[in-house]
Amino acid sequence: MDLAVLEELNAERAARRAAIVVTELGSGRQRLVKAAGIAADPLAEQLAEALRAAKSGLLTLGNERLFLAVEVPAPRLVITGAVHIAQALAPMARLAGLDVAIVDPRTAFATPERFPDVEVHAEWPDVVLPRLGIDAYTAMAALTHDPKIDDPALVEALARGCFYIGALGSRRTHATRLDRLAEKGVPREALARIHAPIGLDIGAASPAEIAVSIIAEIVGELRRRPAADKRASGQASGGQAA
Amino acid sequence: MASGLAGMSTAREDDVLEAAARWRREGRGVALATVVETWGSAPRPVGSHLVIDEAGSFLGSVSGGCVEGAVVAEAAEVIADGAPRLLEFGVADATAWQVGLSCGGRIAVYVEKLN
Repeated sequence: MDLAVLEELNAERAARRAAIVVTELGSGRQRLVKAAGIAADPLAEQLAEALRAAKSGLLTLGNERLFLAVEVPAPRLVITGAVHIAQALAPMARLAGLDVAIVDPRTAFATPERFPDVEVHAEWPDVVLPRLGIDAYTAMAALTHDPKIDDPALVEALARGCFYIGALGSRRTHATRLDRLAEKGVPREALARIHAPIGLDIGAASPAEIAVSIIAEIVGELRRRPAADKRASGQASGGQAA
Repeated sequence: MASGLAGMSTAREDDVLEAAARWRREGRGVALATVVETWGSAPRPVGSHLVIDEAGSFLGSVSGGCVEGAVVAEAAEVIADGAPRLLEFGVADATAWQVGLSCGGRIAVYVEKLN
């Protein structure tokens, strides 16, 4: 691989844009195809499919074997609410390989002391989220119980096609939330993507146990089937939290 | 086998490709190894990277430790002559390679020089 190609690939990754490196295993010839350039590529169909599945793999074309290295952005978890559950969830998510960012405008909560080694933004979601580049490789967990903080984050997560969206609160709280968001113009079918009550139904009681149920639900959404499939089909996401 | 976004790189893999570029910029001879195919149970998914420099330092993993030694050794050759290699490792393939995968799977690893 040429260093220039690798540098270009790393720039795409840093900008959280997907790209595919196509390598002819016989000749060693190689090219970088950015997500935006797939449609114009001779292998448009195959590359689009590989990107949709977010899956690297071999492709045989006549006598030539090609390797498609699909490089998609690292999965990330954005949490609203620098709360007790978040203190347990952030390190768990990091262990599971997700980058973590916490958003909470309440400066007493959003402190580095409470969240060592975690990216903490003591700002309102509508201010900071556009800057964070929320995308299809991002999971959003709304944990504040405060509509002023959680609602804008959920709206942004739905608009950006986050692969997972969960919100803390009882069924009754969530029903009220759905009415509020619908009044703001969010389509009902989009609202069905929100996992609420958040987390797998494992009878979690303590903040740490609730964090376990949330990270398990996120991993399920990440790994069970291609996130892009779900967005394409417009389906509500799989495992329903009870 | 990877499913969903499982084929995607983790944050640590970002570091592998960043390290590869950084090492090369520093003037070190560098090879990049990538898992291109797996059969049966394989410890690391297709697309996983290992970066190796001319001194044998490495970062990342293609097999969780089973065949890294052999890949690092082969990478020295790739860095020396510039020709890419396609290596196959399997537990039943003892004639071709001294090392294998204890999990019983097989993997193919493409090793290329970073120019």
